[in-house]
Order: sequence, then C-alpha cells, then structure tokens
Amino acid sequence: MDLNKTLPYYILENLRKNPKKTALREKDYGIWQETNWEEYAAKIVRLAMYFESLGLKKGENISIIGDNKPEWVIAELAAQLLGAVPIGIYQDSVTAEVQYLLQASDSTIMVGEDQEQVDKALDILDELPRIRKIVYYDDRGMYQYDQDILIYFEDAIAAFEVDTKKVDAYLEEKIAALTMDDIAVMCTTSGTTGKPKLAMLTHRNLLFMTESLAEADPKYPEDEFVSFLPLPWMGEQMMCVVSALRFGFTVNFPESAETMQADMKEVGPHFVFSPPRVWENMASSVQVKIMDASAVKRFVYRTLLPVGYRYAEYKFNKTKPGLGLMLTYKFSYLVLFRKLKERLGFSFLRSAMTGGAALGPDTFKFFHALGVNLKQIYGQTEISGISCIHRNDDIDFTSVGSPIRGTEIRITEEGEIISKSDAVFVGYYTSRHAKEETIVDGWLYSGDAGYFDDNGKLVVIDRMKDLMHLNDGTRFSPQFIENKIKFSPYVKEAVTVGNQRDYITLILNIDMEIVGKWAENNKIGYTTYTDLSAKSEIYGLVANEVKKVNAELPPETPVKKFVLLYKELDADDGELTRTRKVRRDFIEEKYQEIVEALYTELESVRIKATIKLQDGRERTLDTNMRLYVM
Amino acid sequence: MEKQNFLNVKNVYLSFGGIMAIAGVSFHVNEGEIFSIIGPNGAGKTSILNTITGIYPPDKGAILFEGGDITRIPVHKRPLKGIVRTFQNLELFKGMTVLDNLMLSRHLKMNYGLLSSIVWFGKTRREEVAHRRKVEEVIDFLELTHIRKKYVYELSYGLQKRVELARAMCLEPRLLLLDEPMAGMNTEETEDMARYIIDLNEERGITVILIEHDMKVVMDLSHRVVAIDFGEKICEGIPKEVAVNPKVLSAYLGEEKWI
Repeated sequence: MDLNKTLPYYILENLRKNPKKTALREKDYGIWQETNWEEYAAKIVRLAMYFESLGLKKGENISIIGDNKPEWVIAELAAQLLGAVPIGIYQDSVTAEVQYLLQASDSTIMVGEDQEQVDKALDILDELPRIRKIVYYDDRGMYQYDQDILIYFEDAIAAFEVDTKKVDAYLEEKIAALTMDDIAVMCTTSGTTGKPKLAMLTHRNLLFMTESLAEADPKYPEDEFVSFLPLPWMGEQMMCVVSALRFGFTVNFPESAETMQADMKEVGPHFVFSPPRVWENMASSVQVKIMDASAVKRFVYRTLLPVGYRYAEYKFNKTKPGLGLMLTYKFSYLVLFRKLKERLGFSFLRSAMTGGAALGPDTFKFFHALGVNLKQIYGQTEISGISCIHRNDDIDFTSVGSPIRGTEIRITEEGEIISKSDAVFVGYYTSRHAKEETIVDGWLYSGDAGYFDDNGKLVVIDRMKDLMHLNDGTRFSPQFIENKIKFSPYVKEAVTVGNQRDYITLILNIDMEIVGKWAENNKIGYTTYTDLSAKSEIYGLVANEVKKVNAELPPETPVKKFVLLYKELDADDGELTRTRKVRRDFIEEKYQEIVEALYTELESVRIKATIKLQDGRERTLDTNMRLYVM
Repeated sequence: MEKQNFLNVKNVYLSFGGIMAIAGVSFHVNEGEIFSIIGPNGAGKTSILNTITGIYPPDKGAILFEGGDITRIPVHKRPLKGIVRTFQNLELFKGMTVLDNLMLSRHLKMNYGLLSSIVWFGKTRREEVAHRRKVEEVIDFLELTHIRKKYVYELSYGLQKRVELARAMCLEPRLLLLDEPMAGMNTEETEDMARYIIDLNEERGITVILIEHDMKVVMDLSHRVVAIDFGEKICEGIPKEVAVNPKVLSAYLGEEKWI
C-alpha cells in the first residue's frame, strides 16, 4: 500500500471537497449542534495558532483529558498540525495517575475539559514545571479561578481570526512540514501490569490501519458514528479521529454519559466499535428491562428469543436454515428484534465490532440472535489497535477471525501470538528497554497465547502469563471462566483464583442495579452494596448462576467456592485498569485474607477493612463474609 | 446603599384568628447574599416567606423590594419582579415531563396569543425557541439532561426537588426563596443541592432566602441568618454569632442538638 498523506492532510481534503458537509455533531442544550468541515478546520487552525503562540513545536507533547467533545479532537488535531504529539488521559484518572502521565509524557500544555479535570492538574502544579498553559473548554464553575495559567478555549482562539483562504493556506504550510514517519499520537497501554506506557504511533501506522480495516469493513462519507468511548483508547482514536478524517463521515458526541443511550437512539450509527464490557452491559440492560416489562412482553421475549438463537446458530455454521425457521425468524424479527434494535440505537447498524478483550460467547450469540452483525476484532495498542477481524460471511465465537490486509501473524513455539505490519508502533516514549522486549526483528510480541484453528483463523486463549495451572497440572484460562459467569445479569465483575492451588474459586461482584431490583421484587430489604452482597438469598441466587457455569466448564476445572466481595472493584483503588480489566494479582494480594480462607475448611471469614467512599470519606467495616461451597 | 435596600421586611404582623404567626418581625436582605431564616417548628418561618411572596398579606407592616413597596402586590405579579419561590411540598405536574413542567413555568413570560399559538408560526415560534433555550440552560446548569424527557412521577424524591428548583430558576429570579430544599434528602443529594445553591448564588448572582432545618447546611451556606421563635425575631447576624446566641440555644432546647 502506498501511503503518503499524513493525518492533517485529510482535514484539508475534506475542507476542499465538502466544506458544508457536517463533520461533527454535538448535543448541547438539548439540540444537535452541527459543525461543518469549514468551521471544524477553522477551529483547528485557530487553536493551532494559539498553541504556536505558546511556543508549541515539533518534538513537544500535549496532554488532553476530558469527556468526548469536539474540543478534545480539535486540540488533538491542532497539536498534530504543528508536529507536536497529543496524549489522551482517561477522564476518570485520579490525580496521581494524571501527574504520572503529565510528567512521563513531558507535556507542555494540558487541555482539560472542566473544573474537575483542571483541579487535578492545579493540585500538583508545583511538580509540573513544564506546563505552560491549561486550556479548559467547559467553563462551568470556573468563575472561582483566577490563575494565569488557565485559559478558556473560546478565549484562547478568539484572538485568531481566519477566513477559509487563510485556513487553507495555513493547513497547506503546516502539512508540508510533516512526514509519514512523524509521531501522530501517543496512546497509553492499558497496564494490567504496573504503570501505563506510552506507545508512539506514526501517521503511517494509523493510516495503514484505517485503510486495512476499511477493506474488511468499509466506511462511507454518509455514515454516522457516535463517539462515547474514552478517546485515549486506541479503538476510539481509530474510529473517531483517524477513520473519520480519512473517510469523512460524521462523528456525533452525546450530551453526557447518562444520556448516551438516548442520544445513540436518536443518531442511529452505522457502526459501533466497543470493548466487551459495553456489549455485556447492553445485553444485561435488555434483560433487566424485560424483567420489568409486562407479562405479554415477557412472554413474547421468552418465546421468540430462542428462534433468534437457532437462526444465529445456522449463521455460525454457515448453513442455510430451513424455510420454516426462515419464516419464524422473519416474524420474530418484525415483532421483537427490530424493536429491540431500535431501542439500542442499532436500527441502521451495518457493522458492530468488539475488541480489547474477549467477549463471552453468550453475549455474542445474543446479539446475532437480534440480527446485530457483531464481529470480534483482535489487536493491541502497539499495532494501532487491530490485526484480525471477522469477515461478514465468516463469523464464529471462538476465533478472532483472520488477519487484515498487510498483516502477518505467526505463533511462536511457546504458543505466543506475534504479528508484523506497517501498523506496528515505533516504540514506547522514553523507554527503549520496554520496546526491545516487545518488538524482535520487526515482530510484535503480543503476550497472548493462541493458535490457528482448522479454518486458519486465529484463536486467542488468554494472556500468556495469565494462564493458570492447578496443583495437579491442569491448565485453565481464568478469563474464560470469568466471561462465563459475567454473562449472568447478576454478576458484574469476577476474579478467578486457583493458580498453584487445589481447586478454582471465584471472587464476585454483584450488579447492584439488577440484584437490587431482584431483591425489591422478592421483598428483601437492604441498605448498601455491602449489606446486599451479604444476604443469603443473594448467595443462593448467584450460586445458581455458578452452577450453570460449572455445567459448561471442563469437568476437571469446576468452580468449588465463591465469595461475594463487600465492595465493588474500582479503578480508583487500582483493582481494575482504566479500560476496566481486572488486575488479578493485585486483587489476590489485596484480599489475601479472603483468598486464604477460600482454601481452608472455613464457611465464613471475619473481615476488618476500610472502605474509601467516592467522596473521599472513609468507613471501617467489620463483617463476617460467607464462603459459599458449591 | 443600593445593595442594602434589596429586600426590607419592616415590622410585619400576621395573625390567623387568635394566633399571632408573625409578631413584628423586621430584617433586611442584601443583594447577592444567601440569607437563612431558622427557628423551631411552628416558629413562623414559612409564614414570613408567604408574606414576602404575597400569599398572605401582612396585617401590619411593610415589605419593600428594591425600595418599592410590594406589600399589596398580587402573588402572580411578583415573579415578573424577580421574586420566585420553591415549595416544601413540591408543586410540579407529576403527569408531565420535566421539560414540559419547565416550559410551562415560563408561561408568565410568553407574549403570544391563543390564535398565533395554534398556527405556530413566526413570532410565536421564535419566542418558543427562545424560551426553550432558557429552559435548556437551566437543565444544563442543574444537570438534568438525562431526565429531560422523563415524567416527574418517575423520578426519585431528590430529583423531583431538583426539578422544583429548576422550575423556579426558569423564571429568572433575582430573589429566590427556598422552602426546605433539602428536606427528605440523603447525604449525597443534600450535598449536590448545596452545591447548586452556591453556584446559582455565586455564578448567577441570585439572592437567596433559605429556610432549612439541616443546621449544618444553614451554617455552611448562609452569609447571614435570622432566628425566629413564636413569631418574633430573637437574633440576626452571621452564622457564627447566631449559633452561640443564648436565646437561640434556649429556643432549640428540647429539640435535637444542632451545634
């Protein structure tokens, strides 16, 4: 593939081709406010001019932190235009994480959404001598601040008036100074082990990826996309920034996280790319709403959903269903599935992708039953996100599909997946050592264990180092068990324990909303999460779910015991990564007392713990936790 | 001093039959402050609020707003002057959505006639759009975006109270009277509400008169406090002074300890 146009070039291309076409849409004050390419480009250029006036230049970096809003992307592109490198920080990061990333990235400018984000930087400003300015774009509550280092986005660009001609000229001038091998963006790697690292990705990496992905999963200028996942995540970068520029489709920004579902319904996106968590949440939200629906609706759902499952089964096996099933499915689609899809905002959905971690097969089947064309992708941040994808006519729930164009994949003798393509990153920022561990002779070592199945498609088992062995040597994948149990609407998080031990146990988090509803319906009173988790009825409820999982697990690796943890696992406590993967080692160590008790004859364990509440207050807890034996 | 003449309550008396609800209370509220009225149950706090909003005209005395006498102005004309209140027992239309409730609250400010509203054209339409914009600004301010289209009866009590506040804010008040905005709320909801009251006072410059039983809230939020007992003013001053005033303490004796 001959790639010779950097990312900012496509701003210019869209500006020249379709100046009046809508580039961005943001719901604000209850209305979708549109920005066309002309206005979009002008804002990017004006902000770039402001950055330039602050002395931002090639070789420097800026950090951006906040919810998905047009200003986020504008800041990213403005920096890129100057050859500076933008770094996204997850918006829910705590001050210490923000500090680490601002320092590790040597950022000279921070763009923060609002008071909440700005506060994080102001708290530690003394330790950030490089920061020249903090730009914020939501001025709510900011009237209380008068620090010189702060500036409001609109004020920052106000001094730079431009017209279309000037925008065009400025873009052209800046683009000429960029090369395909310049770093376009740095993405934090999820860091299930230790601190996040900053993977440097070039313009070539990103554009190679978007072109190759589009070959397997095409995108058109008329498409609509809803940006609701964290922008620092490689997947969202690929969709909301790179693909949107390359193919000129419209990106929609929801009003707030709470209105996302409703906004999605209004937009009706043509494609969605989400980590498994989002799909799992959607599947369980459907199940909760059905629990609340009228008896007729429940009856329709229970009767027709199996039809969808049977139909999907044929699709997975690549065989044609009989006429009878075809007709019943058509009927079910008209009566139920079409409506469900509409509620989820999937009416116009052409392609749905899941990536970032493994998605439970049950969730997979569920969406295919609904007629959502959900495809698994596989990849790492270090390969610009994607190396394998399911093709439209070739979907199954065990493999991750076959490599996209221009990507080579092999399995090492140890069973590790390695890949090679133009999308492989150039290294980690300031950490040469880590790079040498990751790339050998141009091959990217993924750290994932996997194999090619009989159809030549890649199957990912688990992280190499996450595979566990029981004392008798039986190998098992903790993630596999966790995904199984997490399909239960009642279970939100699961951690498998059992490495170098005699049997497998689970530490579980119930889903407060759904279990709470269940408790209400069954007239069980409760106060807090801790209280609800300790109810014996809830233990019984979850035990049933574990029983179902055990029936599907290999007979030599059943779950023997489980415990419902007294608190929800939280990224703020380091128990989850920012992309919400569980950090098993950390959890096992933190809850050592509980884990040890799971491997004794005890039926319960007394726990004294301090819980940190969301608002910073602390509460001590002294409770007996039940250890449920299956 | 312009600021000090914002609201003047002068020697107000109000009685219901033989019961003297307010017995000669005087105080003034400065522009831009949060002013609290405290007192034991039945002390006459809400009655004072009712004389300011005009629900009960006082038997004697006068109430001046920005120097003008408003003692006898009818209730429905006061919001146009900028005097707006919220109610202890929410006065919302439960079968209507949040958005409709808020739009309805602006009917006082709508100028188009019946005919043109049926045709829905030209001026009417422009006006309606402008009103919606104002309402949306309040929705944004009080973070109600996710419940904009929900029916009021569907909402939790805490959220309903927030909608009640939104309803009042849609009238673009300059003097906002809040009757127990935190009653019946949990800690988190109380903290949120306190935040909104501070924001609307500081960011939007709305003067607030607050009646509240949660003394921690009163002491934290108020610039000045007046204490009432048996319809009489017993003390007025900054929160710290009022909290240690022996008369106030004795009025509260037998009630819960609050300081």
